[in-house]
Amino acid sequence: VIGRVRFLVMALVLAAGTGLAAQVSVGRLLRAAEEPRNWLTYSGDYAGHRHSLLRQIDPSNVKNLEMKWILQAQVAGSWESSPIVVDGIMYLTQRPNDIIALDAKTGRIFWIYKYVGTTEYKVCCGANNRGLAILGDTLFMGTLDAHLVAVDAKTGRLRWDVNVAHFAHGYSVSLAPLVVKDKVIIGVGGGEYGIRGFIAAYDAATGKEAWRFNTVPSPGEPGSETWSGDAWKSGGGSVWVTGTYDPDLNLTYWGVGNPGPDFNAAQRPGDNLYTDSVVALDPDTGKLKWHFQFTPNDRYDWDATQVPVLVDTAWLGKPSKLLMLANRNGFFYVLDRVTGKFLLGKPFIKVNWASGLDANGRPIETPQPPGSPTMPGQQGGTNWYSPSYSPRTGLFYVSAWEDAGGVFTSQPNEYQPGRNFMGGNYRATRPVPDAAIAPNIKRGPINTWTDAVGHGAVIAVDPGTGDRKWTFPMYDLTDSGILTTASDLLFTGGREGYFQALDARTGQLLWRSSLGSVQIYSAPTTYEVDGKQYVTIICGNVLAVYGLRD
Amino acid sequence: VRKSVVLCAVLALTVTVRLAAVNPQQDHSGQYAPADVLAGGKIYSSLCANCHGATGTGVGTVDLRRGALRRAATDTALAELISSGLPALGMPAFRLDSSEMRALVAFVRAGFDTNPAAGVVLGDAARGRDVFHGRGNCLSCHRLGDKGGDAGPDLTDVGATRPAASLQRTLLDPTSMMRPINRPVRAVTREGTVITGRRLNEDTYTVQLITDRGRLVSLTKAELREWSVSTTSTMPSYKETLTPAELADLLAYLVSLKGSGP
Repeated sequence: VIGRVRFLVMALVLAAGTGLAAQVSVGRLLRAAEEPRNWLTYSGDYAGHRHSLLRQIDPSNVKNLEMKWILQAQVAGSWESSPIVVDGIMYLTQRPNDIIALDAKTGRIFWIYKYVGTTEYKVCCGANNRGLAILGDTLFMGTLDAHLVAVDAKTGRLRWDVNVAHFAHGYSVSLAPLVVKDKVIIGVGGGEYGIRGFIAAYDAATGKEAWRFNTVPSPGEPGSETWSGDAWKSGGGSVWVTGTYDPDLNLTYWGVGNPGPDFNAAQRPGDNLYTDSVVALDPDTGKLKWHFQFTPNDRYDWDATQVPVLVDTAWLGKPSKLLMLANRNGFFYVLDRVTGKFLLGKPFIKVNWASGLDANGRPIETPQPPGSPTMPGQQGGTNWYSPSYSPRTGLFYVSAWEDAGGVFTSQPNEYQPGRNFMGGNYRATRPVPDAAIAPNIKRGPINTWTDAVGHGAVIAVDPGTGDRKWTFPMYDLTDSGILTTASDLLFTGGREGYFQALDARTGQLLWRSSLGSVQIYSAPTTYEVDGKQYVTIICGNVLAVYGLRD
Repeated sequence: VRKSVVLCAVLALTVTVRLAAVNPQQDHSGQYAPADVLAGGKIYSSLCANCHGATGTGVGTVDLRRGALRRAATDTALAELISSGLPALGMPAFRLDSSEMRALVAFVRAGFDTNPAAGVVLGDAARGRDVFHGRGNCLSCHRLGDKGGDAGPDLTDVGATRPAASLQRTLLDPTSMMRPINRPVRAVTREGTVITGRRLNEDTYTVQLITDRGRLVSLTKAELREWSVSTTSTMPSYKETLTPAELADLLAYLVSLKGSGP
């Protein structure tokens, strides 16, 4: 009740504010999908669909897309950010921790906020940041040294800055925060450093911590029976991809990362809750409503940090509230998001680590003998790349890695604060001993590894059966997210630097644009300014924005 | 802000102390204790392989195994880079003690080769040069500097890019060691023109190759009538045509081919 009252007060304060156009109220966030000219959250809406109602660009005219403007990032390195767009103004992050405000129509910049923190942060996989959240006229960004900052959307001035965890112990914040009512919710990265992960909410006005949910329970707490000894203290459970929210159920859903150490499961006997799980939390209190674990006692580094996609549709003939997730472990899952009950699970790629799932969705494991390749490999059947769900086609779209596997080796690993805590290593399968491997961090312009190490694909899954409806194969792998629109277009990238439009119903290629043999790490978004629809993609160090030829 | 200044100062001190522990005499010498190389391999697989990959080629065009690194020409510079990281690019700083750092540097500089002599017989490189140009007839298909053919991969720096054991096996059984990118390709255009050559680059829609006649060609797959990639190497085995002594000499010559440097 107190939370509700505060939320009302907050809303009143916002409503009585300066009367700026760029005020993003709680109500606007709840109905974000209904104003498709804007892109107000990481996934475009609370349900995680990454689907837009815009339809100006359609299968008949998509061939007339042309580049309208580009933004050259001022720093090197992979760029994983997903922009938000509010009433003609785009906000996005560039590494390490800058916020850029620019004109969404021309790409010209209003201001850049540069967060100055320590450069001693510890991140496994690059100085990545995946984006922002907005409430009222305040932007929220997590930092590599585990701070959360609030920045004035008009001026780029810092409003508050709170430290959420100790960077020297491997904690960081790389995800785009999620605003729910008057709170900003984040999680922490650091699954390769033996952190003890958490999801936490902060008061949007002050930055004061409102609640914290530990993704690894301490002795005595529910779930602690799935740990033994002191393993929980360095048990991992990072959270580095933005969750989703169901206002009717008042639940927020988050995917939790791998246990620590990554590869040596013997060092942490038990199921290791809530690692590799999706958790449903009360956004007012952080209290756990339910959880579902995909990979118990994981030894493959298979974070469940995929966007939990919320879909209202019929299940066995009954209108149902579902949660869909294509997991890094290679299985596609459908859960009842009211209770967490397992409804369906089927591999969406070739897997050999499990022969299937039991009635409760627990894997029936078939571990491969030492030295034999496991499929999928460490990077998984998919990873953090945003999937998309189209209510029109009823299909779930995911970027997948096909035929990519490798050998996992485990070894004991003593925990030392701030040091890598992998507990072994992984070697991707190669046809020839010293042949090239697929790049882990950044792709060069020449593909020397070829499709012999696996290849990427966009897979359309029928959620009712878990079967593939169609496949769009790529030659190289893909780390790109997916956008669908109400005109039944699907936009995606890939490692080759092609930005592609497919027919969402058939998977047929309708249009492509080459952005230059550099990896696309981000997900497309779309918005409208002055009656014109734009589509965005980030490739290498360039944000490219397309629209129809005038 | 004040906190980070202090931390930076502390780090700077740490780096200085630790750098002194890496023997500066070893810069460029290429000589590293086998025990260090072995220990360095373990450190590499737990600290570095997550990004740089098992072969050292996981980050962009960086190839750690080649040893010659743009940002770290000397062992001291390499140790410094590992200690301070490249924050702007997202490489974290690694705090290693002096023996760990020595081992890791040794592993990288030794080309990731924890057992360089295993099963490899090296002869005399000068004699091997004669085999290369004479009975081996290697330039008929391979390039060395600005001479030679283009059917096979360029050998100018093959001693830096492939371990000796791989080269030895290639001479005896070329198909078993052919890297996928080097697989011979054959395309037939809509007009019926047959193009054969060696693949240089490929993506979903296009392929770039050098033809047997040394022409650079880019093809759009959708416009081809036929497209095939062979897994059999066109290189002959030298198992029977060269004596064991000639093979050992040729191998020594190949290992000595380190190119003209970065």
